Amino acid sequence: MSCEQCREREAVIHLTQIVNEQVTTLHLCELCAAEKGVESPGASPKTPLGTFLAAMGQELPEQTPVPRTGDNCPRCGGSLQDFRESGRLGCSECYRSFEVPLRDLLRRLHGSTHHLGERYAEGSGSFAPPDRPRATDLREQLRLAVETENFELAAELRDRLRVME
Amino acid sequence: MIDLSLLTDGGVGWLDASGPSSHLVLSTRIRLARNLAGRVYQGRNSESEREDILQTVEAAARDTVLLRRAIKFRLDRLDRNDRQLLHERHLVSKELAGLDADGRVRSGASLLVQDRLGVMLNEEDHLRLQGLHSGFALDAAYAEVDRLDAELGQRLAFAFHSEFGYLTSCPTNVGTGLRASVLIHLPGLVLTKEISKVLQGLAQVGLTFRGLYGEGSEVVGNFFQLSNQTTLGSSEFELLDHLGKMVRQVMDYEEQARQVLLRDAPAIIEDKVWRAYGLLRYARALSFEEAMNLLSGVRLGVGVDLIPDVGMYTLNKLLVYTQPAHLAASEGIAPADPDLPVRRAQFVRKVLESEVGRRG
Repeated sequence: MSCEQCREREAVIHLTQIVNEQVTTLHLCELCAAEKGVESPGASPKTPLGTFLAAMGQELPEQTPVPRTGDNCPRCGGSLQDFRESGRLGCSECYRSFEVPLRDLLRRLHGSTHHLGERYAEGSGSFAPPDRPRATDLREQLRLAVETENFELAAELRDRLRVME
Repeated sequence: MIDLSLLTDGGVGWLDASGPSSHLVLSTRIRLARNLAGRVYQGRNSESEREDILQTVEAAARDTVLLRRAIKFRLDRLDRNDRQLLHERHLVSKELAGLDADGRVRSGASLLVQDRLGVMLNEEDHLRLQGLHSGFALDAAYAEVDRLDAELGQRLAFAFHSEFGYLTSCPTNVGTGLRASVLIHLPGLVLTKEISKVLQGLAQVGLTFRGLYGEGSEVVGNFFQLSNQTTLGSSEFELLDHLGKMVRQVMDYEEQARQVLLRDAPAIIEDKVWRAYGLLRYARALSFEEAMNLLSGVRLGVGVDLIPDVGMYTLNKLLVYTQPAHLAASEGIAPADPDLPVRRAQFVRKVLESEVGRRG
């Protein structure tokens, strides 16, 4: 989609606003948006995850010795750089290959890294019934949270368990 | 052209306005993202791998109760108008329909659909299970998609991580893979200029909004799609419960805003909704956007009992059938035909006239 202002450059900023009681969306390129005084989210983010990914890139060198940005997932060949550009991972194995930065990203995106929903039992192909085993899962996660001194998560899990029991 | 009459209800059962709170909520949608274990995701796989995924999932689906009689649409073998038609019916995403900026359809991009349930194949994730219900019906819609998930999960190996849950191509969907969204009409909040505050409030409690056609789409006709932002760290029940509570609150705000408008500016509101009705009834050319905005005005008028002769079902029908691909298909012209606004106005006039006639 091209910019509604200059009709030349690609529109990268989509501004929803209310004008004369109508909700309208303006599609602008970065330059025209800046002229209109609309704050640009910055040059790097190309995806909805942009900010997170950009932040992740900055922190990577200090925080995570393995894998380095240039390393590739052994299963699909994708790299963190590919992920930053497309916002998408190449395969399920990427979650293992890039576990450290992804764990950090998941925490920032969702406020947690622990799946608390229905569990898929591989092999048998059946679901664990959602009620009782779920409490067991929560207890296990609570134990882990206490062990790793993640008290915020522990308190949250304790509250959930209280509601269930 | 594709024959959508093959679908029991044309795939638009959700617009019959039969669901709960359908004066405010058009539809409720549930989507679950799933990937097959051990297979590379869409962004890095090959044409033959996508074909294999399609065959594997279709074979599994034909073995289920819920998708045994599913109609299959291969988006990669349909022309642009037909793909747009499916997109306008909210059956496929913009990405799957190849209506994004690059306009290319991925090979293997397909849809299996039966009644209110469907599976998009070779979308961003291998499978996107979805269910679409009329009105505000989170629990019913989820229960159905959940049953389909269980049926497919018994026949396919899904990528699942003991800590992260269901693995998805984009980390924003990981965990439950659940996106629940409610398409709600909020003209009262827009008119009273309360909408930004409400939307900001929703963002603070982990919810997000999109336009009429979901991700990346604009808000038209005061329709907002409200949905959960996070998918990990809460159970499906908690996510649905939270969204449900917040939507109920937004519905209350909307009702209050309408009351305020009727109390403080009755003449303005009455003029506004009848003016919208008048334009729809007599205009000779209507752009899609104008039609959407006028329909929004009439919908408000019907909602606050100012306009008695129009049903919600009629308004929903107009909403769907005045969209470019739908209108073009029924009129037998191209969606880019310059005559489209004239045909749109004709169509709207005809529907409204027959509605009034029918009601005497």
